Amino acid sequence: MSETVTKAAAEAVVAAQVTGTDPASVPATTGARQFRRRLRTQRAALVAACVVALLVLVALAAPLLTALEGQDPTTYHPSLIDSARGGVPVGPLGGADGDHWLGVEPQTGRDLFARLVYGARVSLGVALAATVFQVAIGVTMGIAAALGRRWVDQLLSRITDVFVALPLMIMSLALLAIVPASFPRPVLVTLVIGLLSWGNIAKVVRAQTLTLKELDHVSAARLSGWGPWRIARRELLPGLAAPVITYAALLVPQNITVEAALSFLGVGVKPPTPSWGQMLTAADVWYQAAPQYLLLPAGALFVTVLALTVLGDGVRTALDPRAASRLRVGTGRRRENKAAAAAEQGVSS
Amino acid sequence: MSRLSALKGLSSLSGLSGLKDINGLRGLSGFAVLSGFGGFLVRRAVGVVLTLFAVSVIVYVVFYVTPGNVAQITCGPRCSPEQVHQVAQQLRLNDPLYVRYWHFLEGLVAGQDYSTGTSVEHCAAPCLGLSYQSDQQVTGLILTKLPVSLSLVFGAMVLWLVLGVGTGVLSAWRRGRPTERVLTAVTLAGTATPVFVIGLILMIVVCGELQLLPFPQYVNLTDDPEQWAWNLLLPWLSLALIEAASFARLTRAAMLETLAEDHVRTFRAYGVAERSIIARHALRGAFAPVIALNANNFGSAVGGAVLTETLFGLPGIGQELVHAVNVVDLPVVVGMVLVIGFFVVLANAVADVLYALADRRVVLA
Repeated sequence: MSETVTKAAAEAVVAAQVTGTDPASVPATTGARQFRRRLRTQRAALVAACVVALLVLVALAAPLLTALEGQDPTTYHPSLIDSARGGVPVGPLGGADGDHWLGVEPQTGRDLFARLVYGARVSLGVALAATVFQVAIGVTMGIAAALGRRWVDQLLSRITDVFVALPLMIMSLALLAIVPASFPRPVLVTLVIGLLSWGNIAKVVRAQTLTLKELDHVSAARLSGWGPWRIARRELLPGLAAPVITYAALLVPQNITVEAALSFLGVGVKPPTPSWGQMLTAADVWYQAAPQYLLLPAGALFVTVLALTVLGDGVRTALDPRAASRLRVGTGRRRENKAAAAAEQGVSS
Repeated sequence: MSRLSALKGLSSLSGLSGLKDINGLRGLSGFAVLSGFGGFLVRRAVGVVLTLFAVSVIVYVVFYVTPGNVAQITCGPRCSPEQVHQVAQQLRLNDPLYVRYWHFLEGLVAGQDYSTGTSVEHCAAPCLGLSYQSDQQVTGLILTKLPVSLSLVFGAMVLWLVLGVGTGVLSAWRRGRPTERVLTAVTLAGTATPVFVIGLILMIVVCGELQLLPFPQYVNLTDDPEQWAWNLLLPWLSLALIEAASFARLTRAAMLETLAEDHVRTFRAYGVAERSIIARHALRGAFAPVIALNANNFGSAVGGAVLTETLFGLPGIGQELVHAVNVVDLPVVVGMVLVIGFFVVLANAVADVLYALADRRVVLA
């Protein structure tokens, strides 16, 4: 069937992506260089993890941070903008001073620092919650398709194919607009992203489950009369953890971009709730008078997505059994050998 | 040299015999009628039609079932309940959903007549209904916007394939050198930048600060090809730079994989130039995954095109969709989502066929 072709294509993409930053896939070089290369990869992932942790901390502590600054994200400050010049912030650097650390928004005078840190809440919150939805639906559909009867597999796989074919941005754009404004927007954006784009993860899980299913311990469980539910929970989920975590780590930055894009188009998170994408919508007219109004949310988005992407790559490397075993051989033993050699030398001299 | 060609012949021969084995098995299992490339095409075409049908059902049901009083919104906030009721009747909102969907399908296949007040308007065969807002035919509306979006997406596609594959080849060739490190950093930054951010920055720097180009305004290809290209240059670039990054990573990975294989080592041992190994063998290994990724990313690229059109003010489908969404013009929204879905499904099918041409084993799977 055509499904196999699409699957083969998708698997080729996934496989190639997986090997993309895998240091083990780099053709053999000398040990020391390999070691340095791997160290660098790990270090990048470590730095990225720190950045992500910091961002999460900022998002969680947003009320504290803004209290420390003495501002909030929604209060207008008409006195801080020059209405004669079309609403440009008063003062140099877009009105940045001790009271408003990063200046104020043109036209409204709302505090930029407060909007930025509260925007982090929306970005990270929506992206993480949407990922939870995607993983939950994807894993359920994938396992059900792989373990179910032939017609169940056919049906679920067809449904998955359709959801893979739906253009996510277009569908969410359209869906978001027709739901009444009274529905809380961040929750809605989360639901729309989570419910629409679980197709790829379901495919990955189905393929992996089909492989796992043939393993001896699963057959043993089946032969001892375990039900499919118990087999899935006890024998399959542990084996699915690595690919699912790897895929989830890739989904988070993707979801951040989608949320920002939807808010940028004006259908995502709506004012007064701040969101980075939404801040960028109005920013292009102000780039000369208040450049930080454009650069701050753009920079925040860039740093967040970059850190999450690098972290995702690091997670992938760490969870790839081939890379992990080679990493150990390449680093630990060599260092031990060197240390042993040095100790020997010290003894002999 | 002759030994080398013999070697090549051997490898291709063994591949072929492998194919024959599978073919034989397939014949035995009774699928002989649908095996081969023709059968593959037929099966794929049927798949496209079925997927499109499913997409249309989902889109239709989802959009017409969601909460929100369409009649009220269409009529306006000041309408009285009677007027709202009248609008609902006119728009057939009170009919059961399956009746409306059946009407919709009928219009799509056979065309439909709409009574707009006194006169009757005929909506020809691929009829997607009438806009709630302007009573314009949705099909016609889409047809006027389509060239803009197609110019944007396909122009950008050429750019991102050239840029992405080129960068990937270069970084695989220069692996372990400073060039590769710079390229890796650039592509990583590319994957982390949202398309509207790079578009904004490009527009501000190129059109605003440096004034190298005027702010883009769409010109028809048929009117003035040169102006068409100049005005689309920035939208193309913003869409292509982002997409190219993932192609660069993929190409590099696929090429490195091929370069690490034994037969490449044998070529090297026979003294084949690295340049020729890269161009002839490693690049061939990257061909199939690049096609697959192109199909995979087509949907997201279309989403990116919506953002690009909105950002640069290009009068394409994306901009019209955003507008229709804001005024809750459901027939236009549904029509456009379906047309875009059609292109995405079609792109996937074309990619499958190309993939099968690149790697014939797929046909037999």
